[in-house]
Amino acid sequence: MSDLHQRLVQMVDKMPAFPGSVNRILQMTSSIDCTPKDLVQVIEHDPVMMAKILKLVNSAYFGLSRKITSIKHSVVFVGLNTIKNLAISIATMGMLSKTGPAGLDMNNFLLHSLGTATVAKLLGKRLGVASDRATDYFVGGLLHDIGKVVFAQFMPQEMERALKRVEAEKVSLPIAEMIEIRADHAQLGGMLVEKWQLPHTLVTCIKEHHSQELNDNTSEVLDCVVAANIIIKQIEFGCAGNLVEDRLPDHVAARFGMELTELRESMGNLDEELEKANAFICI
Amino acid sequence: MLKFTFRGVRGSIASPGPNTVKYGGNTTCIEVRAGDELIILDAGTGIFPLSQTLSPEFPLTCHIFISHTHWDHIQGLPFFIPMFVSGNRVKIYGGQDLVTGKGVQEVLSRQLEYAFFPIREAELSAELEYISLSDNQVVNIGDAQVTSVLMNHPAINYGYKVTCGDRSLFFTGDHEWPPNIYQPDDDDYQLFEDHIAQKRKSIIDAVAGVDVLIIDTAYTDDEYPAKKGWGHGSFSSSIAMARDAGVKHCFFTHHEPTRSDRDLEKAFQAAMDKHPGQPGDPKFYLAQETFTFEL
Repeated sequence: MSDLHQRLVQMVDKMPAFPGSVNRILQMTSSIDCTPKDLVQVIEHDPVMMAKILKLVNSAYFGLSRKITSIKHSVVFVGLNTIKNLAISIATMGMLSKTGPAGLDMNNFLLHSLGTATVAKLLGKRLGVASDRATDYFVGGLLHDIGKVVFAQFMPQEMERALKRVEAEKVSLPIAEMIEIRADHAQLGGMLVEKWQLPHTLVTCIKEHHSQELNDNTSEVLDCVVAANIIIKQIEFGCAGNLVEDRLPDHVAARFGMELTELRESMGNLDEELEKANAFICI
Repeated sequence: MLKFTFRGVRGSIASPGPNTVKYGGNTTCIEVRAGDELIILDAGTGIFPLSQTLSPEFPLTCHIFISHTHWDHIQGLPFFIPMFVSGNRVKIYGGQDLVTGKGVQEVLSRQLEYAFFPIREAELSAELEYISLSDNQVVNIGDAQVTSVLMNHPAINYGYKVTCGDRSLFFTGDHEWPPNIYQPDDDDYQLFEDHIAQKRKSIIDAVAGVDVLIIDTAYTDDEYPAKKGWGHGSFSSSIAMARDAGVKHCFFTHHEPTRSDRDLEKAFQAAMDKHPGQPGDPKFYLAQETFTFEL
């Protein structure tokens, strides 16, 4: 692991979550009658909270033979009160600012992450995955860009230059990040969740979501996240600082048996599903 | 040889007095003798009367397994007399606090802070050792093995299976089967049910076939709905677990602190009437302080 990666891994433990969920967790948990399913929903809509809780539940404390990929499963595994108190302890660390120091609009970032999560899950269902596995697709989408938040939080100047370079030179964000930071968000995010012992499928979703070529790590979840990421950028739902792409990688198109436009159209109107994500953030 | 003695059977808070003389008012502590080894399950106030019997065995080595760190399971620890006598070895085992990241050593050092206790941890004369456990960890102690099993409670709570030769017992610590947080018409209800079923299976598999099950049975069936989610079992849930796991003997413990001896026996009888004996059923008992059972 490079020095940079090592430094970021240590810093990430102190990284706060998104303002909306922090406020809601603190508000909800001030009452003893806090509704468990509302609490779970808030955690499931915040990439930082989700990643940190999955990290702890999958840690060596429990020596799980089969990794846990959802908050609902975590609630059953370690108990509701432990999850509630983990969320409170994350919430009391503060919150990310709405416009990050790197100029990455956190509201738009969250919309992009939730939109990708929603569409990845829909694509998974379309491929016939069972409902218990559909959660993996949602989580893959939610966390795919987690590396960007880490850069924005801990290397704001470099990340700001990278974001500006994307706009000025029309290069992809990973390329701009490589120039400015000498690492890209997919690599960093993948490495983080790998170190946190999250499931292998989730690691590759994050690490490989910009890979254009078919490789050994390709999976159905990854292909759904790749396609969802491209679709959600194309319909301009939120924004996470990268360029809009106009085609699917060949192997992803082959998975769905169609090209981007056809896939997008075949999904019908996504407004209703995406409105749920929007409404959640705007409360 | 595997035998055990209940030293504390009360849940939540010690409740001495004329109404609890028969079953006892001390909080959870079980003395287990496995061959020559002394294993103590939980350190509620019941560990104090136990510790008063141990001086003939000095210098001794004992192994204290903490199910979880709620007060009623640790309150007697600072009064565990063998810790004050040099030559004794006390090994304390327990889970890791997921929220603070701290191990079981935190329990005693915090209990012995200046504001709470006059003697500091550094002043204890016995040799102390702390071992943080993970789920399904097997600890070998002489001829015995103790295995941790993650249960469900509003804290990380390990149940412990103690095996010695061909005899075994399982103590749940505090445990409630996780309730479904969704309503039957919610989209996620079935998914959550599936997770619960998986958890239930993993626990039942761990308990299956033990000779003795000692199980948290805090509530009557009538009381349970108002206490759902508090992390404790009921007579019906305990009977079902004992049957599903095919145990031979089942002791109900963690008695409600407000329940008198008479009411406890009434509650027990009502549960037995509600669940008439079936072929192959375990024998059911109320856990009673100082009662010894040899397997």
